[in-house]
Amino acid sequence: MINLGQDEMAKYPFLADSGQYLKDKGFTLEQFGTDPDLKLIVDKAYHRIEAAAEGKIYRSDIDEHAKDAMLPREVFSFLLAVVLLKLSGMQTLIRRFSLAESRRAEKFLERDLSKFSEKNKEDLAIRILEDLFSIQVKKQNNYFVISVSDYLEHSISFHEREWKLVNRRVDAGLVFLTSHETVRLVRKELGSYINSKIQNANVPTMSDSFKEPVKRLESLAKKFPTIVVSSTEYPPCIKHAIEVLEKGENLPHSGRFMLGTYLLSKGQSVEQIAPLFKNAPDYNEKVTLYQLNHLAGSSGSGTKYICPSCEKLKSQDLCFIIPECDGIINPLQFGKKKIVNA
Amino acid sequence: MHENDLKLLEESFKKYYFDHFDLIHVPNRPSEREFGFQRFDSGMTRHLAIKDDKELHLMLMNNIPSDVYCSNACYSFPNLPMREKDWKEADLIFDIDAKDLKLDCRKDHTCNKCQSCGEVSVNSPNCPKCQSSKLEQKSVTCKNCIDIAKQEIKKLTGLLADDFNIERKNIQVYFSGNEGFHVYVYDSQYQKLGSRERSELADYLMFRGAIPETFGFNRYKPDRSSFSDLNEEGWRGRLSKHIFSSKSKRSKIISQILTNGYSSFQNQLDEAKNEIGVVIDPNVTMDIHRIFRLPGSLNSKSGLVKQKCDNIEEFNPFTDACFIDDSTTEVLANCPLVFNLKNKKFGPYNKEKITIPKFAAVYMICKGLATSA
Repeated sequence: MINLGQDEMAKYPFLADSGQYLKDKGFTLEQFGTDPDLKLIVDKAYHRIEAAAEGKIYRSDIDEHAKDAMLPREVFSFLLAVVLLKLSGMQTLIRRFSLAESRRAEKFLERDLSKFSEKNKEDLAIRILEDLFSIQVKKQNNYFVISVSDYLEHSISFHEREWKLVNRRVDAGLVFLTSHETVRLVRKELGSYINSKIQNANVPTMSDSFKEPVKRLESLAKKFPTIVVSSTEYPPCIKHAIEVLEKGENLPHSGRFMLGTYLLSKGQSVEQIAPLFKNAPDYNEKVTLYQLNHLAGSSGSGTKYICPSCEKLKSQDLCFIIPECDGIINPLQFGKKKIVNA
Repeated sequence: MHENDLKLLEESFKKYYFDHFDLIHVPNRPSEREFGFQRFDSGMTRHLAIKDDKELHLMLMNNIPSDVYCSNACYSFPNLPMREKDWKEADLIFDIDAKDLKLDCRKDHTCNKCQSCGEVSVNSPNCPKCQSSKLEQKSVTCKNCIDIAKQEIKKLTGLLADDFNIERKNIQVYFSGNEGFHVYVYDSQYQKLGSRERSELADYLMFRGAIPETFGFNRYKPDRSSFSDLNEEGWRGRLSKHIFSSKSKRSKIISQILTNGYSSFQNQLDEAKNEIGVVIDPNVTMDIHRIFRLPGSLNSKSGLVKQKCDNIEEFNPFTDACFIDDSTTEVLANCPLVFNLKNKKFGPYNKEKITIPKFAAVYMICKGLATSA
């Protein structure tokens, strides 16, 4: 556990051991649940969740003059927000809260990282990156440098082309980043870290003062349903593969793998899929059935293979992206549109 | 495969293995690797554990394999089914294959063999004998292809050292035994990377997916002062050298790029990939569970050895990787192509019965262009 000062705790409250923190400050959770004077902080916690749910980043009103009184309140409101979320059990709010809190922490991390003259602060940000996300960051002139392997492990889930290694400044096994980019690299993981901390927290006992805000959270969560709309249209990569086979041209092994796994995932049977390969120049019914059964996991090791990602298909020259692909990362998502806040 | 062919190949391969134990070794950390082999007349046997050279040599003598493989990955339990193996890490491997270089000479050393009737033809989309369209391409190794592949290796090893900080002593090049090279990287920071990360490394080396912004062309705020320069490191410098060629032309060419617009520059980048990117097979690099031909073993597509190349410039596969003996044998050859082995020229043969050294006979039988008479 990283040792934190008061203001650092306010910036990164998810690093705190909540039980210990309350104890150190001379409070118990029960007090927050019953003491009317502390209701203000429970309200603050509710608003912190509400802001997150609406996609806003909670603003800390850290006033330099009243720092000593303000800072613990910042931490309390975070800890209580977690308590309320646990009591409500609303996953959609937990997700939104984790994301917003990570965006909030990201801003502080970036600021701390770029203030390299204040040696101490840079150290904390660098320590967070190293301890939480195993990224070793060093400063080189105006850049933050990390190893190519660390960079790849953390950037691999980004789909914007600017994050591809080829679009980065790379030299001698190092990637050169700005403070913003360095922190951006762990955004998702920061969110997952906060999320897992909340998931792993014990569900506290319900107290009177918590009942009303928890109820409000439950109705708040109902504002954010997720609706999935599906279309029956095939994605362009699958269409292309089918066309190639229909023309009797050769579809490479990787293309057959994609087509087989895609259609199996869409619920088609091995017997329904096999005839598609009939026109292939090297068609052999027995082999085709064997291979499809293997993909379906009904023979061999029992492993059920899944359709390769768009990225993998791109590298195999099997991707024929169209605007309708709309940022999906696997052909299976094609035509499924998530409408959030509908 | 005909019985006589099988006999000749098995005898020749066995003799090679028996005489050249000194060339065939297990790699480092052998007990963590998965081994596999194929015989001429049966399928693949894999998920084998072999702990040292002695066991390997015993396996070779007992099975006389047509091909021997070993994983680039290290596992806790290499002999268990894939999902129980417990993957630990894998050497980084790059495959440079002459077939992917799309060279003009390719047509001069490629022919088609009909899968229906076995007829061999040149430059014909259908079998001239039975009209079948199921043709299998057969090609022989060519000096020009090898020379260009060597240039790609130079490009690749340069990038690995400069950009990825891989020490030269940890890079080992092998001739694949047929028409290409395998470049192995040992003990690097990349050992533990997964498949998707390796695919990114491959894209980087191939210069795939580059965008104009990386080189200073901002779509919405074009500014000539942000364009890359020739003395920069990495792709910014290399691309600058490629498109500006000299400092004096830089300014004029930037103006031209700005006039032509963003998408035109994007096209230029996509085209540049063919010139400055390394031609590797990305699927090989991203596969972290593959078994690769074992160095020192014979390639059943040619009868040549997957040979370590300590001096790539001077390496000559036609002599340095040809280890089958010189005793003569009679074959019925149907090989319209010319090839060189051990400084001797062979072919073309038009359904001829000929007496030739065994290394050339084995080469043609492996290619499916001759049978034992």
